[in-house]
Amino acid sequence: MPAIVTIRDLSKVYDGGFEALKHVNLEIEAGEILALLGPNGAGKTTLISIICGMVNASSGAVSVAGHDIVTSFRAARSQIGLVPQEITLEPFEKVIDTVNFSRGLFGKPADDALVEKILCQLSLWERRDARVNELSGGMKRRVLIAKALSHEPRVLFLDEPTAGVDVELRKDMWDVVRELQADGVTIILTTHYIEEAEAIADRVGVINAGSILLVKDKAELMTQMGRKELRIELQVPPEAVPESLSSYDLRIEDGALIYTYDTNAERTGITKLLAALSDAGLVMKDVSTRQSSLEEIFVTLVEDAS
Amino acid sequence: MNFYAIKAIYISEMKRFFRTIAQSFISPVLSTSLYFVVFGTAIGSRINEVDGVSYGAFIVPGLIMLTVMTQATSNAAFGIYFPKFIGTIYEVLSAPISFLEIIIGYVGAAATKALFIGLVILGTSYFFVDLTILHPLTMIAFLLLTCLSFSLLGFIIGIWAGNFEQLQLIPLLVITPLVFLGGSFYSISMLPPIWQTITMFNPVVYLVSGFRWAFFGVSDVPITISLLAIAGFTLACLAIIGWIFKTGYKIKN
Ligand SMILES: Nc1ncnc2c1ncn2[C@@H]1O[C@H](COP(=O)(O)OP(=O)(O)OP(=O)(O)O)[C@@H](O)[C@H]1O
Ligand SMILES: [Mg+2]
Repeated sequence: MPAIVTIRDLSKVYDGGFEALKHVNLEIEAGEILALLGPNGAGKTTLISIICGMVNASSGAVSVAGHDIVTSFRAARSQIGLVPQEITLEPFEKVIDTVNFSRGLFGKPADDALVEKILCQLSLWERRDARVNELSGGMKRRVLIAKALSHEPRVLFLDEPTAGVDVELRKDMWDVVRELQADGVTIILTTHYIEEAEAIADRVGVINAGSILLVKDKAELMTQMGRKELRIELQVPPEAVPESLSSYDLRIEDGALIYTYDTNAERTGITKLLAALSDAGLVMKDVSTRQSSLEEIFVTLVEDAS
Repeated sequence: MNFYAIKAIYISEMKRFFRTIAQSFISPVLSTSLYFVVFGTAIGSRINEVDGVSYGAFIVPGLIMLTVMTQATSNAAFGIYFPKFIGTIYEVLSAPISFLEIIIGYVGAAATKALFIGLVILGTSYFFVDLTILHPLTMIAFLLLTCLSFSLLGFIIGIWAGNFEQLQLIPLLVITPLVFLGGSFYSISMLPPIWQTITMFNPVVYLVSGFRWAFFGVSDVPITISLLAIAGFTLACLAIIGWIFKTGYKIKN
């Protein structure tokens, strides 16, 4: 797929001398959902802020739909919608006014039908005449999303959209995101929560200390980096790993034998292990496998990098 | 030009103004009335005409200028400082708009508010004194330029300010004294010669004088110099704002 956002050798040194981004290269494909995963201070917000125009890059270039974000900022920015990490809204403004404001700011004529549709989709239509400071935190976040969608962006940045959001809203949010994707919108979201990336993303980028460690197809990443566990339950729960199986990477968990193996390895060793088990006269009751989560993959990556 | 964006900013700023309409009007009207009572009636009854104009009428242009300058400055300063303070500036910075459009929106709204208040004060003064305006068009032009240039100044202050104290600092510590010392309530010719010379370094003198000329046809300095002064001040503010947006000073990291 063609890239809709191209980031070339992007670096950012803040005024205090802190290097928040170090030679970042990244291509975001049109129509994908990309999750940027990274711990606090990794540089996720800095990266988004540069692309959206709130922070100046120190060096490097970014283009959105072929438009450079500095030299053709109008064309580039009119493609972009942003839901910021912090809830930043004018407290005394009405919901509908602030959403209309966003649309105007992005150079679009008023479109009441569209704004109504967006507000309904985000369950805000009933509260359209409420002032922002009368809303709950979750509702304010919905307002931020409505503002970002009001000008029909082709690329949507969601900076930690689920911080402080309950299960219900998270579900709604993912519905909206999937619907947008179906309409061809490219979505980039940042998160600390690996389950989130796992649940929604097509690709996952891992960023730490200002560097992108990897960007991979989610499924590929999980299989490539993934370690699998084989859980073997025996007729007679073992007290300890049987002597005869000590050469295998085994441990005991809840009375079952757990065998960890690398799915990428030439030989997983499963056949041999199972043969050894029956040789030892152990009768198996049940066998299951479990794939390691992105979380574990992530922890491994960050540890390897530091 | 992104006209929808200018309109959006302008309207949202004006809405903020109308949310606090009572307070926006009552305080300038009240303070102006107090000036008329104190200066115009109490003191004015003991002062003969100044430059052939009754003292009560003489102070009207200065009073309007005082309020318009402080209101334009603080309105514009607050207008841009507030989004910076609460963080909503992110949206303006991320929108497909140039600095010129941002300024037209914010400064335009602040200037409009100041103009409204200036006209309200002018209206109020008719309750206290007899007034005929000799050059109404020049008067309006001066009023507009003053609203505009001081809104630009306020915009710069709003961007520069790091807290609410700094926001109040310049209107309070610079503009008010300059207006009081700038011949708002007296003619420069009433001062001793040495003070007349010093006063000429006060830029507000040129504005008040020019504005008063539009009312009464009398002035401390020639009207063309007044016009040049305000035009120069406007251009200087524009240049500073241009630099701010080019460098991202205090708004972009
Ligand atoms: N305005 C600034 N001035 C100086 N340093 C900054 C500024 N903004 C961010 N930083 C620093 O840059 C680094 C990256 O910050 P950034 O906000 O991009 O991280 P993040 O990945 O979004 O973190 P989080 O997950 O906590 O939101 C941090 O160390 C932060 O302290
Ligand atoms: Mg962040």
